[in-house]
Amino acid sequence: MKNLRVSSSPHIVSSANTQRIMLDVIIALCPAVIAMVLLYGFYPLFLTVLSVATAVFCEWAFNLVTRRTQSVRDLSAVVTGIILALNLPPVVPFYVPIVGAAFAIVIVKMLFGGIGRNFANPAITARIFLMLAWTGVMTQFVSPIDLSDGANLFAYFNQGVSISLPDAITTATPLQNVKDAISSGANPAEGLSALDMFLGRIGGSAGEVSALAVLIGGVYLAVRRVIDVKIPVLYIGSTALFTAIFFADSGYAGEYVWTYLLGGGLMFGAFFMATDYATSPKTPVAVVIYGVGLGLLTVIIRKFGTMNEGVSFAILLMNIVTPLLEKIKRKPFGTPVKSLRDIAVGVKAKFSRKNTADAAEGGESIG
Amino acid sequence: MRKTVMPQELRVSLRGKSKIVANGILASNPVFRLVLGMCPTLAISTSAFNGLGMGLAATVVLVCSNALVSLLRKVIPDKVRIPAYVLIIATFVTLVEMLLRKFVPALYDALGIYLPLIVVNCIILARAEAFASTNKVGDSVLDGLGMGLGFTLALVLLGVIREFLGSGTFFTGTFGDAEFGVVIGSMPDYAMSVFVLPAGGFLTLGLVMAAINAISDKAAKKRDERHEEEGKIIDERVREHVENELANAAEYAEQAVEHAGTAHSSAAAGVNGAEKEEDK
Repeated sequence: MKNLRVSSSPHIVSSANTQRIMLDVIIALCPAVIAMVLLYGFYPLFLTVLSVATAVFCEWAFNLVTRRTQSVRDLSAVVTGIILALNLPPVVPFYVPIVGAAFAIVIVKMLFGGIGRNFANPAITARIFLMLAWTGVMTQFVSPIDLSDGANLFAYFNQGVSISLPDAITTATPLQNVKDAISSGANPAEGLSALDMFLGRIGGSAGEVSALAVLIGGVYLAVRRVIDVKIPVLYIGSTALFTAIFFADSGYAGEYVWTYLLGGGLMFGAFFMATDYATSPKTPVAVVIYGVGLGLLTVIIRKFGTMNEGVSFAILLMNIVTPLLEKIKRKPFGTPVKSLRDIAVGVKAKFSRKNTADAAEGGESIG
Repeated sequence: MRKTVMPQELRVSLRGKSKIVANGILASNPVFRLVLGMCPTLAISTSAFNGLGMGLAATVVLVCSNALVSLLRKVIPDKVRIPAYVLIIATFVTLVEMLLRKFVPALYDALGIYLPLIVVNCIILARAEAFASTNKVGDSVLDGLGMGLGFTLALVLLGVIREFLGSGTFFTGTFGDAEFGVVIGSMPDYAMSVFVLPAGGFLTLGLVMAAINAISDKAAKKRDERHEEEGKIIDERVREHVENELANAAEYAEQAVEHAGTAHSSAAAGVNGAEKEEDK
């Protein structure tokens, strides 16, 4: 009798738990971390360690102070820390990831009830917070190092404390080129190489630049069934589609599509941040609207907004509407089909009831 | 009995008229307690000086409109009272606007559209409706003063935090030709500009409100505990008193019985009396 247990459906026996899933995400992030070190040296890795340490410490301390069950062992804080660090420019002052990770864990995650109860992805919200807090720091990117000299791996350590980097080492991101092309009407792909952008030999956020590394991790997550692969596919697909539509009359639609797909944080956001369990929808209709909405918002912000990059704002906005999207439900099997006459009667009844209710309610009220 | 320390209490029990003023500043602070006037609160608290200016401007309007509404409370017909209040408030707002424009143009520019918008500030209309229209002139003026100071206090508190984090300065501003305020070292280089943006306003307001709720919850808990303790002490005393009375009554009864032994005539009355004592 000991082995019999009464519980509600679904009756699935699986080894999946939060810790295992988070471990899979960490494994999937490894290619991006390795690419980051190869492209920018050890300084962004040092920032990643700071970010992870702060995230874990904040979660541990918050649970301790508010006397909650300790939740550090589920590794979700580690994932938030890594994702946040990969979202930052490769060379920022050391306090930027510390403030960002503390904001992500304490304000976005723990104050709303901890893992599974956050209304938005903690890492992306923290990135937007940092973007608004230190706009200058968050928008200066450096060019990849020359790996032929091993000493270059430590190149950026001496730049880390100053608030603004010297012009000599900063570089424009591909999306900046595209933005300039939008206003001048020139070819957006001029001076850009698709191979460089695919491998990540460009300026950009530390872990986002290499589409190849991100794709390897994304495929691993999809194979392990950790993420719902529909979301990244819909997101990336709709971004391509809407770019083609929005830039149809520019004469360079094809160039805009591939620069938009490979530039910025689109790949990383689609695989690692838009798929967050707590903040992405589960019902089929909602997933489609979510994915297409992400693509549409990203292209609109990139084309018409003042910023070059729109992925983080698009994901935050769609995170916020996710609870509303989940309300769109299919009718239960067996719901009788209504005739037009029934619908008309129903509408009429609704309106007449509303009118009487208004009349009853009408009276004095203060605005 | 333990003596309580005043500052730990958020509910200040001052007597009489000053209680009306204190009520507006602490117990029902318009921003942190009544959550009224959020639009100017979030928009103007970007720096402490702007917050102070906005708060004082609103206070002047609040005191004057409360006084006039209270004076006219028996004249204004009930059905058109809201338009009448808005008219009164708009009059004083226009006055304040003109005065600021003449004498403190820097503040006038900083407050911008939010200065004429004092007309529709919920706090002022709410106090006219909830307090001034049913109370005497003196009390209404005090209520306006308390609410206005509470509003000012909240704006300055938020302003100091947001200015420090967002601009790295403390209470900077210009009044006439005089410039004042402290620039804290190289803080402005490292300031988080998000705190002077609307998002930072919401963040700061939420966190400060949470902190105030935590403090007042703690104070309320302490107060309950103290009341319980005091209750126990009172219970103890009552019990002691009852026991004493009972003992006295028993003694009296014994005496009465003794009396009864010696004087037969008064025996019945004595026993009756003892029983009555015991009943009590």
